Amino acid sequence: MTKQFRIFYKITIIILAILAAMLIGSIILMTIGADVFKTYMVILFEPLKTTLQLTEVLIRAIPLTIIALGISVAYRSGIINIGGEGQMAMGILGTTAVALAFPELPKPILLPMAVLAGAMAGGVWGFIPGILKAKLQVSELLSTVMLNYIAAQIYTFMLRGPFLDPAELTMGSGTPQSMRLSRGIWLDRFLKGTRLHTGIFFAILLALLIYFLLWKTNFGYKMRAAGASTRAAKYGGISVTWYLVIAMVISGAFAGMAGAIEIAGVHRRAIEGITGGYGFSGIVVALFGGLHPAGIIPASFFFGLLIVGADMTQRMVGVPANMVNVLQGVIILVIVATKMILADPYLMERIWRKYQGIGKKHVEVEA
Amino acid sequence: MNFIVNILSLGIPFSVALLIASLGEMFNQRAGVFNLGCEGIMAMGAFLGMLVPYSIGQGGPTSGMYNVLGLGLAMVVGALLGIFFAFVVVTFRAPQGIAGIGLQMFGVGTAGTLFRHFIGGTQSVPGIGNLPIPGLSKIPLIGPIFFSHNILVYLAFLFVPLAWYILFKTPWGLRVRAVGTNPRAADSIGIQVNRVRYQALAVGGALAGLAGAYLSLAQVKMFSDEIIAGRGFIAVALVYFGHWHPVKIMGGALLFSLAQALQLAIQGQGINFPYEFAVMLPYVMVIIVLAFSRESQLLGPTSLGKSFNREKRV
Repeated sequence: MTKQFRIFYKITIIILAILAAMLIGSIILMTIGADVFKTYMVILFEPLKTTLQLTEVLIRAIPLTIIALGISVAYRSGIINIGGEGQMAMGILGTTAVALAFPELPKPILLPMAVLAGAMAGGVWGFIPGILKAKLQVSELLSTVMLNYIAAQIYTFMLRGPFLDPAELTMGSGTPQSMRLSRGIWLDRFLKGTRLHTGIFFAILLALLIYFLLWKTNFGYKMRAAGASTRAAKYGGISVTWYLVIAMVISGAFAGMAGAIEIAGVHRRAIEGITGGYGFSGIVVALFGGLHPAGIIPASFFFGLLIVGADMTQRMVGVPANMVNVLQGVIILVIVATKMILADPYLMERIWRKYQGIGKKHVEVEA
Repeated sequence: MNFIVNILSLGIPFSVALLIASLGEMFNQRAGVFNLGCEGIMAMGAFLGMLVPYSIGQGGPTSGMYNVLGLGLAMVVGALLGIFFAFVVVTFRAPQGIAGIGLQMFGVGTAGTLFRHFIGGTQSVPGIGNLPIPGLSKIPLIGPIFFSHNILVYLAFLFVPLAWYILFKTPWGLRVRAVGTNPRAADSIGIQVNRVRYQALAVGGALAGLAGAYLSLAQVKMFSDEIIAGRGFIAVALVYFGHWHPVKIMGGALLFSLAQALQLAIQGQGINFPYEFAVMLPYVMVIIVLAFSRESQLLGPTSLGKSFNREKRV
């Protein structure tokens, strides 16, 4: 097999995968009678046209990056974390609790404390499925989903009860939300007229941290080994169950931090619907980014673009914003299928032989 | 006494969506495929089920036939989604857990998108009315509990022996169990493993679609984004809990729905208990149930979650 053929083969498969994803999306768009080409154009390019829209894309990319980093740590350690949504909600609650409890503290103390509280709350929510998987073999796929629903209920309960803005009680519109959090946890918005906040630097810092953790430390090596082959890792003396739990705690803590950064930078109070699918989008981002920080950052920008773009299609071409979920689902399916195709040497071999058969009848097949 | 009758007569119809979806998932898993996309297929089923009577029938008195059409459409599309999933995880051998999440997002997203375009806000349909069985429904206690429901409730419980018969007494059922237990052995005696898995996923998808349509047509009588509310995932958990056996799965579905009915009844009694904690009860139950049924995994299909590659030597 020649090297050119290998590259050609891989590129063709990837192009076919992209076309397949767009085709399935197009079928849904055609069903609702939308202009397919125009819709894709709006989703992909419209948000890039103004600075304000561009910063909105970046704002979406911040929590996506942080969540996806956590999910990639879990995935690489052999555990799939679908619980980002719940862990993020718990993170928001943790941050809100600290911010409400110590409103007078100065920023250099309060902000790290609040983010840490968010990370801890998310970490606890990741620890539960981790320990259940390690000790009782409970499928993390099911337990994390269930914990999402549980967290959503706890979240609403807290916003309607203990965290409810006192002003809501007296003024009486009854919106379940907390009061405006103390200025001590506000992240600065450094670009005038936009909501872009310093959380973006934090996200990049976390990406570097994950890179060093996974590829430059012994600890990270063991984690990846546990995920790559459970048996081999056990044989090599790595306590796989222990790394599984740690990976889930890290994953949950990252989702919790994403929640903390989101309210400190964007909302500045706990309101309903903040998580809004970030936990699930994070999975797509992690996979799309190749489970590597260097891929996750551009991937989260791309999916931030899709989220903002989908909001715009609603206004500009009348396509509901839910379309972004359709695309994300299709992208997951296409990525996992494509990965398997690319990893299948038999298939490539077979196609290579056919390809050669076109030119000449008898060719010695290279080893 | 009245209170208990209430709970039972409420809980039994609640169990139907879970029961049908879990029976479908049971066929998937018996064939060795773990379909986490059940939730997404149910969402599509729920939307399509109500779309037909809503858009054509317009709630007129003749809507009965349109209900049947809606159920049929939900099953057909469910089966197609099952086949689509099979294409990804059987033909391309993609990891099933993550692919299932993809299917779930795709299904829920598509149902939401189409719903906003074709229906819009909260519109209700007359749906499928109750069909008390003449004579039997008049029996005190037993009548209201067992014989005063809509027709799908009776059918769903007839599915249980039917599923048992298909799985354990027909050649196809044997093939399904064979490819889920030892695909290589099945292959060696000439069973086409991947074809059987496609068939099982189509059956499972059709049943998940039906379960979704039951929710929108018979239980809630409208569609919303949260209509499935994790029932697809609970259905998957019930298959573990029910040890891959139809009768035990029925027991699990009843346990869950009765707990839900109990929770509603308690709230109806005016007992002060935070609403949110009542809603989270079934999800907590799933985790507890899974945690205490770990040995059940030994009873499961041994090739569950493993794709089969005919060309690979072992």
